[in-house]
Amino acid sequence: MTRDLAVIGAGPAGLAAAVTAAATGLRVVLVDAGARPGGQYFRHPPDTLAGPRGAARHGWAEFARLRDELAGHVAAGRITHLAGHAVWHVEAHSEEADARFTLHLGGTGSVAVSSGAVREVRARALVIAAGAHDRPLPFPGWDLPGVLTAGGAQALLKGSLVVAGRRVVVAGTGPFLLPVAAGLASAGARVEGVFEANRPGRFARHGARVLRNAGKLAEGAGYAAVLLRHRVPYRVGHAIVAAHGDDAVESVTVARLDRDWTPVRGGERVIECDAVAVGYGFTPQLEIPVELGCATRVDADGSLVVVVDAAQRTSVPGVYAAGETTGVGGAPLALTEGRLAGQAVAAALGAPPARPSRRLLARRARLRAFAATLHDAYAVRPGWAGWLRPDTLVCRCEEVPYGRLDEAVRELGAIDPRAAKLISRAGMGWCQGRICGYPTACLTARIRKRAPDVADLTGLARRPLAQPVRLGDLAEDPAAGGAEDADGADPGGGGPC
Amino acid sequence: MVRGCARRRQCDILLRVPTRDLLVVGAGVVGAACAYYAAKAGLTVTVVDRGAVAGGTTGAGEGNLLVSDKEPGAELDLALLSARLWRDLAAEHGDEVEYEAKGGLVVAATAPGMAGLERLAAHQRAAGVRAEVVAATDLRDLEPHLAPGLAGGMFYPQDAQVQPMLAAAHLLRAARDRHGARLWTGVTVTGVTRAGDRVTGVRTDRGDIAAGAVVNAAGTWGGEIAALAGVRVPVLPRRGFILVTEPLPPMIRHKVYAAEYVGDVASDSAGLETSPVVEGTKAGTVLIGASRERVGFDRTLSTVVLRRLAAQAIALFPVLADVAAIRTYCGFRPYCPDHLPVIGPDPRAPGLLHACGHEGAGIGLAAATGHLLAQVLTGADPALDLSPFRPDRFAEVPS
Ligand SMILES: Cc1cc2nc3c(=O)[nH]c(=O)nc-3n(C[C@H](O)[C@H](O)[C@H](O)COP(=O)(O)OP(=O)(O)OC[C@H]3O[C@@H](n4cnc5c(N)ncnc54)[C@H](O)[C@@H]3O)c2cc1C
Repeated sequence: MTRDLAVIGAGPAGLAAAVTAAATGLRVVLVDAGARPGGQYFRHPPDTLAGPRGAARHGWAEFARLRDELAGHVAAGRITHLAGHAVWHVEAHSEEADARFTLHLGGTGSVAVSSGAVREVRARALVIAAGAHDRPLPFPGWDLPGVLTAGGAQALLKGSLVVAGRRVVVAGTGPFLLPVAAGLASAGARVEGVFEANRPGRFARHGARVLRNAGKLAEGAGYAAVLLRHRVPYRVGHAIVAAHGDDAVESVTVARLDRDWTPVRGGERVIECDAVAVGYGFTPQLEIPVELGCATRVDADGSLVVVVDAAQRTSVPGVYAAGETTGVGGAPLALTEGRLAGQAVAAALGAPPARPSRRLLARRARLRAFAATLHDAYAVRPGWAGWLRPDTLVCRCEEVPYGRLDEAVRELGAIDPRAAKLISRAGMGWCQGRICGYPTACLTARIRKRAPDVADLTGLARRPLAQPVRLGDLAEDPAAGGAEDADGADPGGGGPC
Repeated sequence: MVRGCARRRQCDILLRVPTRDLLVVGAGVVGAACAYYAAKAGLTVTVVDRGAVAGGTTGAGEGNLLVSDKEPGAELDLALLSARLWRDLAAEHGDEVEYEAKGGLVVAATAPGMAGLERLAAHQRAAGVRAEVVAATDLRDLEPHLAPGLAGGMFYPQDAQVQPMLAAAHLLRAARDRHGARLWTGVTVTGVTRAGDRVTGVRTDRGDIAAGAVVNAAGTWGGEIAALAGVRVPVLPRRGFILVTEPLPPMIRHKVYAAEYVGDVASDSAGLETSPVVEGTKAGTVLIGASRERVGFDRTLSTVVLRRLAAQAIALFPVLADVAAIRTYCGFRPYCPDHLPVIGPDPRAPGLLHACGHEGAGIGLAAATGHLLAQVLTGADPALDLSPFRPDRFAEVPS
């Protein structure tokens, strides 16, 4: 299958890019591992950095419209929507090749791809809009059953696993905590408190007005009202610094923090609970742009993000990025960036030129400024490293305690996060550092007495296999067409190591 | 007699050098072993690396310590010595470096393949290798998940495994904590200092370091260090990919690979070679190799290679078809044109010794390499004749 444009990710950014490009007459393929379009945002209520109140609403309406437009383009054959397909690698061909990119697709994890699944797609241009995932920080006891990421708690809600009467503590930083807490409270859980580690009002040296907007956003979306109605306490400058329990979480220690997030002595108390939802922002999913060699930078929220120009172009010709890939900024910004990327691709491929939209450019500038202000107000402060004890797990998959990471860096010469990963095994398990990569990079840099830079974060973000792929699927060469690669039975040449 | 002369010549070169202090360039497994044995022998050792410990090829390989894949000759002698030394090291550091004396199983798909395997084993036995024939019907007792229909196999109980990064890190730690070695990471060697012909130390981006002797343990970059000293040691990169599966319950007990590689191990073609090599690790993941290509230092993922590795592994272990690969990585084996490492003093640059170019066997051969160099440096008779590994064995290229 060859198309003009391949879009990776069917969240707001990817949808907008696909629909915008298709509207100019380009033939588009939209690939997403999920079953339905919408990505993270539209799987659950609008949340996180959702933009000013009006924009949030607007975003929702726009999503509904995009979904209808998608259906129209699919029906007309302009967009091929490959749901349930994970991209495990994107191959870049020489610049002379007409279709510069080959996307290699598989099912998800060890589940075999269905017989009708597409295994390879070629495209002339690529929009990466792969979104972001939860960013938890480790603390003693965070590996206990019952301790969830904020996003995970929302997913649980959908599965109605959180039953009425359960006692939940929500903690972390960022506006996303509010919809999570409100959702839990509305579903009947007793939310014992929402603990925001930052003091957003106090830290906002600039952009206070925007922050007031953010406050209103919460009210406007009804979260604050919900929390009020359920008598859920909201405390700033507090965090969960430990979770306790034998087989599952039974209580947490909540501490008052100074401005660097070091617990204030005497400011601790224990709260009984049977579930915890923690979130310290989001980590953009950068496997594909990193592997393609797209330039990256460290964003204001500490995440590694892809550098783009005014037209959403990355440093690699033909590759565009939109949405969280370029910096966590919420659905309205993602939609805007997606539209701009779609327009830019159309222009580059010579489709009838869409009028460069001043309105979109202005909106992107405004929403980016808003996101930057939020990142500043809800930044992760260095003191969290002090919550850890030597036996606190940094990596849950491989059960790597902080002490072992510390030993790798201090005693075993692992002076950068990549070496620290290889020697301590933090980030080597099933999640491949998608969850623990950020804290591992931060901790390694901290032990080396410096702030994490692009190289540090890349050391744990580089995953040449962008997604797990079933060996049986990998073994099958789509070009050969047959189920069994002829090479398969032939042991071939070369030595054993 | 020839052998004795060669040894004396090596010692002569060194006797002119006061080598109480040693500088090792490279904190891979080879540099680590050199530092360990030299420091243990009483030398004052400093190790420098431009990156982290095990940040080079050592952090991109598997940890097999093999005798099974080597034909009789200098490399096999080195491997046998190394196997013994690794066993000694394991007595003290076995857990730290995840040493496992798991044994290697080489399987043959066809009767001619099996015949070739038996011929090789006969020669290897004469050189001191233990090799036990495994009948086709017994293969599944050793490896229950092996594909049916194989012609037979050979079991090599001396084959073992370590975790290479941990091996490098803990050898360096022991050299430092017990024997006073120093480790400077993040220091790049940019030149050598000399007095007349003699190498007297190195220049680095952090200043000069004087040393009685310098060991070039820069792996795939060993040729560059040699060039800084004005000598030619041709070390080139040979890329290899590994696939890593999701963690699984113990399923594959030994290192298992196919016999058909034997003729190709010393091949000179630049083309891609792959052979199925499958083994479990302590972490539960299964490592799938191995590929060889001469493509320079290109890290671009090759789908052709990954597809072949997967297909070949499934051909050996059909159960792997339903297992997910979660990671792949590649590294650049340091190889010399004759596929032997470069070990020993360089008569062209007195004071400089080499320990590089170990290709796909550097983890396995590291212990012997370090041990032999320490012997040379302390004026002892090396346990093996080093002449097959001498640095000036390569023809000069006409300029
Ligand atoms: C896929 C693959 C699988 C393998 N499997 C096995 C196996 O199972 N068993 C086995 O025995 N071997 C295996 N190998 C081979 C093995 O990994 C290598 O032979 C071995 O790691 C080489 O170690 P080294 O210390 O010589 O080099 P390296 O580990 O590369 O160390 C060299 C060091 O020198 C440093 N350096 C270079 N230039 C400079 C400079 N100018 N200044 C300062 N420092 C410098 C580098 O930073 C590097 O850390 C495999 C290799 C690959 C690629």
